[in-house]
Amino acid sequence: MEILLLNILNGLSWGMLLFLIAVGLTTVFGVLGVLNFAHGSLFMLGAYLCMQTMQLFDSFWLGLLIGPLCAVFVGLLIEKFLLKRVYGRDVSFQLLLTFAVLLILDDAVRVIWGSGYHVVEPPAILNGIISVAGQDYPVYRLFLVLIGPLIGGLLWAFFHYTKWGKIIRAASFDNIMAEGVGINVPLIYTSVFALGTWLAALGGALAAPQQSLIPSMGEKIIIESFIVVVVGGMGSFPGAFVGALMLGLLESFGTVFAGRMQMAIPYILLAVILLVKPTGLFRKGV
Amino acid sequence: MMKLLRHKLFGPTVLAVLLFFAPLIISTYSVMILSEILIMGLMAISFNLLLGYTGLLSFGQGAFFGLGAYCAALMLQAGYQNLFLILLVGMLASLLASLVVGFFSVRLDEIFFAMITLGFGMLFFSIAHNWLDVTGGSDGLPVFVLPSLSLLGNEITFYEPTRMYYLVFGIVLLGLVLLWLIVHSPFGLILKAMRENKQRVSFVGGNVRLLRIVAFAISGAFTGLAGVLFCLFNSMATPEFMHWSFSAKPVIMSIIGGTGVFLGPLFGAGIFFVLEQIIIQYTENWMLFLGIVLVPIVLFFPQGVFGTLRNKIFKQGVK
Repeated sequence: MEILLLNILNGLSWGMLLFLIAVGLTTVFGVLGVLNFAHGSLFMLGAYLCMQTMQLFDSFWLGLLIGPLCAVFVGLLIEKFLLKRVYGRDVSFQLLLTFAVLLILDDAVRVIWGSGYHVVEPPAILNGIISVAGQDYPVYRLFLVLIGPLIGGLLWAFFHYTKWGKIIRAASFDNIMAEGVGINVPLIYTSVFALGTWLAALGGALAAPQQSLIPSMGEKIIIESFIVVVVGGMGSFPGAFVGALMLGLLESFGTVFAGRMQMAIPYILLAVILLVKPTGLFRKGV
Repeated sequence: MMKLLRHKLFGPTVLAVLLFFAPLIISTYSVMILSEILIMGLMAISFNLLLGYTGLLSFGQGAFFGLGAYCAALMLQAGYQNLFLILLVGMLASLLASLVVGFFSVRLDEIFFAMITLGFGMLFFSIAHNWLDVTGGSDGLPVFVLPSLSLLGNEITFYEPTRMYYLVFGIVLLGLVLLWLIVHSPFGLILKAMRENKQRVSFVGGNVRLLRIVAFAISGAFTGLAGVLFCLFNSMATPEFMHWSFSAKPVIMSIIGGTGVFLGPLFGAGIFFVLEQIIIQYTENWMLFLGIVLVPIVLFFPQGVFGTLRNKIFKQGVK
């Protein structure tokens, strides 16, 4: 019973991180039509920038605030100078361009911060162990389980109740029509990419105290976020949530029932969903 | 004279002759690089049968490459020394695997096809990485004894890099000739028609799904052949061959070289390795510079470096 509960908590905390990454990825895809290979690298960049800010100001919360904002600046440069030129081009060019960005970001981080591990301490208030059903459990993971739905809820409210959110949804459904009624679509594209970058980098900053920082940390998470996005339905907001939780829980329980083959679970999930329901669990629409 | 230059077999013939005599001029180290270029070129051209001709972006070709490599390593470890048997088994195993993967994947298009092939590729990677008893896990399978060939009563071995080069050259040349014939056959024409408009192909009675599976299987089989060669060349089969970052290589090479030209991906492979050799002389951060080089290629060479240059020189449009 305790094992069950711990696995659920582990699955949820990992799932919530995945959700933050995947929701940015799926929103960018839904609006811009580009599947961003470099999204995982922006996650990684967020973690490193959070660490750097923490070293300067000695505060995790400032790192969480400033780190992702610095990453957004990088994201804006990427959209303005690179992505802008491949909208409407063939998928292979878009994938390869964002793959090139991934290579550049990963190696640049390696040059700046070195290829070794870095560790980020959680803030004192979250740095401890709490007893869950008689088992010791890190407080920080519980914090992740709570912060995921919080950010998800805020985003959902933003998309549904604010003017900007509605404009973005309109542009994702039909960008030509949106342009026709006077919406500045290129500006929307830039802002959506900035939002996606912020979400990825925030995910990275939140993940920093939970895992060691290495330049390749984005490569594992990008493939899993691809899976979440495809499973949930490309461009779907609720899909990203459900897909991320499914994958998080499956992986967490996989260590119990699949042993070494646990590594294959995400890919099996991807294949099964694509075969049964190629468009994913949810329809497009942020 | 210009007529001879424009003949479609002129360029490839010159290239083949140059490659044949290359080991006489260049260093042993360069011969090894050239072997690698040829092997990866075969993989990239097989991949381009899907991307350039059929319009399918596969992101899991590493699985078939790795499967060929593992077949070769396992057979050599078990004591099977016959070169042709190893090549044949490696190709057949990849053919079967790509039939299965193709059967499930080809109903999807564009990004969905890329994602499901990526998923299947990583599934193979997970198996290779974790099935310790058979694949040796993350260490991979080393190869100690290379197959030999008896020719006119002589036993030819391939431990010497130049001999390995001629083995690679011979097999890759054979593979490319076969692929060229396939691409220029009526079947190749249907593939192009599907790339342009698969609905019309099905309206005139073409079985799009079956045709795509066949294309995927042919591509997989030749990718497996490249994998066998790479295992012999490298004396090693590792799970890394099946990882998605390895599957990205033929994508990069094809787009660098140009997907609209048959030999484009081979040139892409050449540019890729020459760049790598130049860059690693100056810096360890080869990936950073690869990324920096890729960006302008993607942005400014829509038909790849080779394709764009060829069109500039001969002023001919893309087919």
